[in-house]
Amino acid sequence: MTNQELKKCANEVRKGIIKSTHSAKSGHPGGSLSATEIFTYLFMEEMNIDPKNPAKADRDRFVLSKGHTAPGMYSAMACRGYFPEEELLTLRKVGSRLQGHPCMRHLPGVDMSTGSLGQGISAAVGMALGAKLDKMDYRVYTLLGDGEIQEGQVWEAAMFASHRKLDNLVVIVDNNGLQIDGEIDKVCSPYPIDEKFAAFGFHVINIDGHDFDAIRKAFDEAKSVKGQPTVIIAKTIKGKGVSFMEGEAGWHGKATNDEQTEIALKELEEIGKNL
Amino acid sequence: MSEVKKIATREGYAEALLELGEKNPKVVVLDADLAGATKTGVFAKAYPDRHIDCGIAEANMAGIAAGLATTGKIPFMSSFAMFATGRAYEQIRNTIGYPHLNVKIAATHGGITVGEDGASHQCNEDLSLMRNIPGMVVVNPSDAIEAKAAVLALAEYEGPAYIRFGRANVPVINDREDYRFELFKAQVLKEGKDVTILATGILVSAALEAAEKLKADGIDAEVINVATIKPLDEETILKSVKKTGKVVTAEEHSIIGGLGGAVCELLSEKYPVPVKRLGVNDVFGESGSAAELIVKFEMDGNGVYKNIKGFMESINK
Repeated sequence: MTNQELKKCANEVRKGIIKSTHSAKSGHPGGSLSATEIFTYLFMEEMNIDPKNPAKADRDRFVLSKGHTAPGMYSAMACRGYFPEEELLTLRKVGSRLQGHPCMRHLPGVDMSTGSLGQGISAAVGMALGAKLDKMDYRVYTLLGDGEIQEGQVWEAAMFASHRKLDNLVVIVDNNGLQIDGEIDKVCSPYPIDEKFAAFGFHVINIDGHDFDAIRKAFDEAKSVKGQPTVIIAKTIKGKGVSFMEGEAGWHGKATNDEQTEIALKELEEIGKNL
Repeated sequence: MSEVKKIATREGYAEALLELGEKNPKVVVLDADLAGATKTGVFAKAYPDRHIDCGIAEANMAGIAAGLATTGKIPFMSSFAMFATGRAYEQIRNTIGYPHLNVKIAATHGGITVGEDGASHQCNEDLSLMRNIPGMVVVNPSDAIEAKAAVLALAEYEGPAYIRFGRANVPVINDREDYRFELFKAQVLKEGKDVTILATGILVSAALEAAEKLKADGIDAEVINVATIKPLDEETILKSVKKTGKVVTAEEHSIIGGLGGAVCELLSEKYPVPVKRLGVNDVFGESGSAAELIVKFEMDGNGVYKNIKGFMESINK
């Protein structure tokens, strides 16, 4: 896909996030919108996956360690053809495959059930180790929040991944700077994120997480790294794409009401027209 | 009387791992810097590529085991019961239990027979913690022979399971030609009509000893080895209880939430009868030799005997 096509896709993913959380009357749009370009690039361009055969053995794996941003992942999965777009509207409803946090037993294509922060990265590390043990060349991607890395388990996993030279592992940190209680550097600062991962033995790439050029380059660079895992620290804006949500911690875990939904979708429609 | 052979149940784990290493390439073993004590070091020596030492990071180990299970491996993750089920409880609950992954949590150093290390390392809550997780199988073998058989059986079973081993040398009671381990089945070891003793783990040998002593008092006890605590073999238990009408549970575990808890849940709903739970009475353990602690906590044959006798007398009053 060209970057232009990816941008259009990302805009559709954003619409899906707004529509699905609005339908659910709950959910986490802020961190889904900040990571939209990452979701889009992974599902539409980067990963060797097949929606018709979601369990194929040599597929690349994706673990959404920041599981609360499931609406972003679901929306990207719908774009990729895992399920019809209408199903997004079942998000968080009784009987839905789209659980509030991802569940691999509910939805084929979800590689790990997540939601409790700090745990997904360990599972991703286990998958990357599994690939090495089986001498298979699939890659494992895991997306973390910048607040999530306050969890100690993240650093246990980082230490292990580097110790085992898991160069088939790419950790992405969605650095939108906000967590539920406010700015991450006011709550309990994880900065400097890049230096911490470097100290843990990672190849570190800092990028603008909304720039497909930079995203493409970063994932390509990660593939060329041998003998160590890569972390991509994606600087992003929480709530990106919807004017009244951008940079507002309050939109971490709250859905738009009818009126706000209309405005948000109209804004995204405008953005789409200009792409 | 000839000396009873004593072997720690963790030795049975090591033997089973060696056998699995040979016959099942999918088996991988994880440890958290306790490979010597948990005995997974034996597997590491024979199959170094399939032994993964995660360092002192049990939470991460649980997640890695989960990830490996999704790639088709059969991970056995080991640490002391306290750290495997306590430190990593939520990881086991959310990343192994919830996705129902094929991970075997194989913990050693369960109960007070950890001994000298004291209460911080004596886990009397592991069976309770693991039993609460939906879909988790919980197994507590009675001796080294059963431990080995149970590990081999669990490797064939698809799904998450917890199995507990001990540190101390304990009597071998299943050393016989016709011994067969059946996962999910409780085994009647001695038939009787007056009281049902449901014992698990190393309390099974104590229960057998107590039953012998009770004979002299004219009490004919039935002894059942409940190796699989979850799912509970309701059929075997109810059949016995309908015959005896009285139940004693015995375990090297808190009387809350383990075998005693499970049995009370079953009987209060399906066949209410008087029950006495023997185990750790909602207290922490302490330092001392395993042998001394077993006596102090009344988990030896004599202690179990005295408690059952007292229970029978209190009912007959």
